Amino acid sequence: MKWTWWKVLTVVCLLYSAVAGFLLPVPRLAIVNESIRNLYFHVPMWFAMMVILGTSVFRSMQYLRNPSARLDILSHEAAKSGIVLGLLGLATGSLWAKYTWGAWWTPDPRLNAAAVAMLIYGAYLVLRGSFRDEQQRARVSAIYNIFAFAAAIPLLFILPRLAGNSLHPGQTGNPGFNKYDLDSTMRLVFYPAVIGWILFSFWMTQVGSRLAFLQLKLDEK
Amino acid sequence: MRPETEPPSVPLLREISTLLAKDFRLEWRQRAALGGLLLYVGSTVFVCFLSFSLRGGTPPPPAWNALLWVILLFAALNAVAKGFMQESPGQRLYYYTLVRPQAVILAKILYNALLLTAVALLGLFLYTVFLGNPIQDAPLFVANLLLGAVGFATTLTLVSGIAAKAGGNGATLMAILGFPLMVPMLLLLIKVSKNALDGLDRGVSQQSLLTLLALNMLVGAVSYLLFPFLWRG
Repeated sequence: MKWTWWKVLTVVCLLYSAVAGFLLPVPRLAIVNESIRNLYFHVPMWFAMMVILGTSVFRSMQYLRNPSARLDILSHEAAKSGIVLGLLGLATGSLWAKYTWGAWWTPDPRLNAAAVAMLIYGAYLVLRGSFRDEQQRARVSAIYNIFAFAAAIPLLFILPRLAGNSLHPGQTGNPGFNKYDLDSTMRLVFYPAVIGWILFSFWMTQVGSRLAFLQLKLDEK
Repeated sequence: MRPETEPPSVPLLREISTLLAKDFRLEWRQRAALGGLLLYVGSTVFVCFLSFSLRGGTPPPPAWNALLWVILLFAALNAVAKGFMQESPGQRLYYYTLVRPQAVILAKILYNALLLTAVALLGLFLYTVFLGNPIQDAPLFVANLLLGAVGFATTLTLVSGIAAKAGGNGATLMAILGFPLMVPMLLLLIKVSKNALDGLDRGVSQQSLLTLLALNMLVGAVSYLLFPFLWRG
């Protein structure tokens, strides 16, 4: 393993956010209570998912400009990391919903949007699986990746705001989480957690890509 | 990289109208597909009618609304699916040498939009005949229906092109690829059509309608940009 500075930063940030996230004081809010600590995990996971999925789309665009097996692998692995983080985000969100709203899943616009995003990327994987020819697969899945991102992802941010009756924080106009993050001790943990999870998503993608590159080399022999 | 064909001297609009005329002619020659589509809509509406008549009469408005959109969604999927899939690779290569890919996708979207508009209006007509008409704001409802038909066409056209490339089980793949993409659009459509059913003030639906319009244009623009790459294979 290469110990570059950003990997050290990832480990430090994630360890810090886990330890400090459970130990530092948090504001006492009714209903939410201690479960507010989930903010340090749930929200950064979604941020990291958006960043890594954006990276995947960027790689797909690069692929269409200048096709190469390398860019296809990078885009695919980034999408896979995004799916993992999305599922983690759904799981942590679901837990949080159980203890604050009383149900694992509620028909909230934001939750539905998250589920739709996961379905889209599931479809992306199915699409990849249905090609034999590698170049064809790379090109068509890059096209679907861009199309899906452009058609659906912006809406996942607009729809919850249009609905206007969401339980989920941050749905009215401002993507922030209003009163929850006003507390400065929370920011002290939250920002490092965001950085840590975003870097972690890149790390995960890098490891996956290396494996895929090696596989490619083996296949070429 | 752009496709390296000679830039055709014919204007884009001419190409589109020629392709559109070709699609209509093909559809007319293979009337079985068109008839199949109409029968599909007719028989699903009739099945709904029979099921609801068991409990005497028309469904409650929310069920009426949901069923209408489900019928239209599946009809749209069936209608658009055959668009690219019925063309052979040889045919595609032939068009490739003649016209710009942009003309192909725009003509296809336009064709599908017209086809789906017709199907949606006919579906609505049959539906109201059999299952009653609880709509309180008909102009808004129909406008929303037309936006929906155009939206289904723009979203599904590129998806059908993608599914056609994968070959094999194109129709299944199209459902898998298309449905999640259509959920946001469907949510907006169902919301506006509920407002029209209840006869709410039009100001309530305005924002959703504008979002739908913007979404249609966005999806159309992205299809226009991406299709040349899809076509090159």
